[in-house]
Amino acid sequence: MSTDTSLATRSHEEDWLPVLELAVEEVFEIMVGSRVKPAAQSEIKPQGGFTAMVGLAGALCGVLTVRCDAKTAHQVAKSMLGDTADTEEQVVDALGEICNMITGNFKNKLTGADNRCMLSVPTVISGGEYSFHSLADGNFMETVLLFEGAPIVVRLQLNK
Amino acid sequence: MDKIRALIVDDSSVMRKIVERSLRQAGIEIEKVVEASNGAEALAALQKNEVDLILCDINMPVMDGLEFVRQVSTVDSAKGVPIVMITTEGSESHVVQALSAGARGYIRKPFTPDQVKEHVLPVLGRKP
Repeated sequence: MSTDTSLATRSHEEDWLPVLELAVEEVFEIMVGSRVKPAAQSEIKPQGGFTAMVGLAGALCGVLTVRCDAKTAHQVAKSMLGDTADTEEQVVDALGEICNMITGNFKNKLTGADNRCMLSVPTVISGGEYSFHSLADGNFMETVLLFEGAPIVVRLQLNK
Repeated sequence: MDKIRALIVDDSSVMRKIVERSLRQAGIEIEKVVEASNGAEALAALQKNEVDLILCDINMPVMDGLEFVRQVSTVDSAKGVPIVMITTEGSESHVVQALSAGARGYIRKPFTPDQVKEHVLPVLGRKP
């Protein structure tokens, strides 16, 4: 990929969804020990549960979110830590770190993004009674992956 | 092989546990693990604990990993202790900054136990 064109422009011209899906698959395979595969968008999406967020700033601005139901989040934490993952604090921590690694892995796969884009520390919201509003117009990509049969939604919202 | 004392610095407690487990999976026997959730806590921990190895994240609140590496040499007992970064930041500039500041190794997250073995054993003077 060329580094001459701005990343914001490239995000409109290039299909980054396969890059995002690969970044997610690698993180789950290596750190969770589980293979996840993209599911059809029409499949049921998680209700409530947890949403982890990591912001991007610099050449690429936006936010990456990872959303799943509470049972799935607990299972992800358990797969990462073993049976010691039994508190909500550990579940929140695990999901935040998954989101952090997906964002970093995605950024590192984009030529020209890794040197000029910074990541925030993760934030995790519990519960599903919220609406997501981005303050700038931009494009987004979203993928639903199945983890042990349960959906995990990964969404990258980019600002112009 | 001698058991080691390790300082693991990461704002995620889950990641600290995974790093410790990866050290054990790499065949490194551990006498003691000291944990810190940011660079400032890590500097304070080094005032109270002597360690043989430091594993450190970069993106952390309060004091990030690069600043921590720059300041490690201010702690007498930590001078010369090998530091390996374990981070999502994979850019060449971060690698250069970390190595220039004094880190001896650099592992990108996500990582496998084999990568920990490959990068950590040499800085401990052992064959991977």
